Amino acid sequence: MNENFNVSSSPHIRDRIRTGNIMLMVVIALLPATAFGIWNFRHEDAWILVVVTTAAAVLSEYIYEKLMKKPVTVSDLSAVVTGLLLALNLPPTLPWWMGALGAVFAIVVVKQLFGGLGQNFMNPALAARCFLLICFAGQMTYFVYDGVTGPTPLAELKAGQAVNTMDMLVGNIRGTIGETSVIAIMIGAMFLLLMGVIDLKIPGSYIVSFVIFITIFGGHGFDPQYITAHLCGGGLMLGAWFMATDYVTSPITGGGKIVYGICMGLLTGLFRLFGGSAEGVSYAIIISNLLVPLIEKATLPRPFGKGGEK
Amino acid sequence: MNKCTERIFNGLVKENPTFVLMLGMCPTLAVTTSAINGIGMGLSTTAVLIMSNMLISMLRKIIPDSVRMPAFIVVVASFVTIVDFLLEGFVPGLYDSLGLYIPLIVVNCIILGRAESYASKNPVLPSVFDGIGMGLGFTVGLTCIGIVRELIGAGQIFGRQIMPDSYEPLTIFILAPGAFFVLACLVALQNKIKNHLAKKGKKAPQNAGCGEGCASCAGRGICGGHLVSDIKKEEEGA
Repeated sequence: MNENFNVSSSPHIRDRIRTGNIMLMVVIALLPATAFGIWNFRHEDAWILVVVTTAAAVLSEYIYEKLMKKPVTVSDLSAVVTGLLLALNLPPTLPWWMGALGAVFAIVVVKQLFGGLGQNFMNPALAARCFLLICFAGQMTYFVYDGVTGPTPLAELKAGQAVNTMDMLVGNIRGTIGETSVIAIMIGAMFLLLMGVIDLKIPGSYIVSFVIFITIFGGHGFDPQYITAHLCGGGLMLGAWFMATDYVTSPITGGGKIVYGICMGLLTGLFRLFGGSAEGVSYAIIISNLLVPLIEKATLPRPFGKGGEK
Repeated sequence: MNKCTERIFNGLVKENPTFVLMLGMCPTLAVTTSAINGIGMGLSTTAVLIMSNMLISMLRKIIPDSVRMPAFIVVVASFVTIVDFLLEGFVPGLYDSLGLYIPLIVVNCIILGRAESYASKNPVLPSVFDGIGMGLGFTVGLTCIGIVRELIGAGQIFGRQIMPDSYEPLTIFILAPGAFFVLACLVALQNKIKNHLAKKGKKAPQNAGCGEGCASCAGRGICGGHLVSDIKKEEEGA
C-alpha cells in the first residue's frame, strides 16, 4: 500500500484550533464586560468576587481530576470560562465564599459528575447561578449601585416605572457584575462573531423571538423604548451571546440552533412577563439546554443520497 | 442466624429499601425535609408494614391468586386509614407536615412489594419480622436523609440548632432538588463502603435480588429465578 492512502475514520478535516484556543477567545471576549463590571462596582469590591469565583472553578476542577485520577484538563481554560461567567452572573455584594461554593457546584456537580467537558447536559455557570439563587435568595437578589440599594431596572420596568434606557445601554445601573453594560458585552460578542467562534443563529433567533413575544404580550405594542429596556435589562445580552452559545449545551445542527433560540426567546418572555420574578434568562437557557437532545434529533440533517422523495 | 433476626438484618442492611432496593422513592424524596419528618414517615410506614404483612400472611391461603393485588390493597388501605386517624388525633403537628404522604402510604411500593414477594408466601412470624426489618430499614434511610438535609438546609437536627449562628443555611437542601443530591450522595457512600469491603475480601452484604425476593427482583432474568444462595449450596453439594 502506498502510504499516501491513509485509511482512517472520520474526522478527515483537521485544524489547528483546540478547545483551549476557543476558550481563550471567549475569555478575551468576556474581558470588556468583566473590566466594566469591576470598575462599575468598584465601591462593592466586585474584583474579589470575580477572582475568587474563577480561582475556585479552576481549583475544584484540578482537585477533582487529581482525586479521581483523571487527566487534568485545567489548561483547556474551560473552567476559567465557567468561573468567570458565573462571577459575571452574581450580584457584586455577594459574599465571596458563596461565589466559591457556586463555582465548586458548577464544576464538580454539573460538569465533572456527568463526565467532564463535553458531557454536561446544562450550562455549568447558569446551573450554579440557579443553585445559588435557590440557596441564598436574599443575597442573590440584593442589588447595590454606588452604595444605594434598590431594585434592578428590570424589576422597575415590571412594576410599571419608567427606566433610563441610556443608562442601561452604558451600564450605570444595578445588576449582576457582568450583565449591566450592553456596550461592553456587544464588544466581546462582535469579537467572537468576527473570529468565527459563534454564529448569529442562536443569539439572533433568541433575540428576535423574544422581541416578537414582548411585542405581542408585553401590553405596550411595538414600543421601541419598552423593547429596548427589556433587551438591555437583566442578563439577556450576556445570556444570548455568551451562555446560550456554549458549544456543549447547544444544538450543532443549523435548524436546531434556530429552534433552540426561539425556545429560549419564548421562555424568557414567558418568565419575564408572567413569572414571579423580573428575570428569567437563566432558567430559560437551562430549560432549553435540556431540550437540546430532542431538538437535535428532530433536526438531524438527511445524509447525502439517503431517503429522498417518495 | 435465626430466621427472624435474619429478616431484620435483611431489611436493615442487605436489602435496605431506601439505599439498596431504591423502593418508596416518592415519600423518601418528598417528606425528608427534616429528621423528625423522616422518622415520622418511617415509623408510620413500619406500623402499616408490620400489620399488613401479618394479616396478608394469615390470609395467604384464602386469597385467590388472581385477585391478590386488590385484596392486598384493601388490607393495606385499612391499616393506612387507621394510622392516618391516629396520627391526626395524637400528633397533629407531624400529621400536618406529612400531609398527603400519609394516605399515599397505600401505594408505597415497599408495602405492596413485601406483601407480594414475602408475606404472601411465608408464615406469619417471619412475615412480621420481615415487616419490622424492612420498616426499620426504611426509617433509618429516611432519618439519615432527613438529618443531612436538615443540617445543611436549616442548620438544625431534630429542630435543635447545631450549626453556629454565622452558618448560612443552603436552602436548596430542604427543597426538592436537595433530596436528590443527598440521596445520591448517601447511596454513593454506601456503595463505596460495600466495594471497599468486597475488595478487602470481607464478606460484604450481598446485593439486592440475591436474597429471597425473586418475584420482585430485577435480576431474575440472569439467575433464572434460582436463589444465588441455593445455587452455591448445590455447587458445594456437587
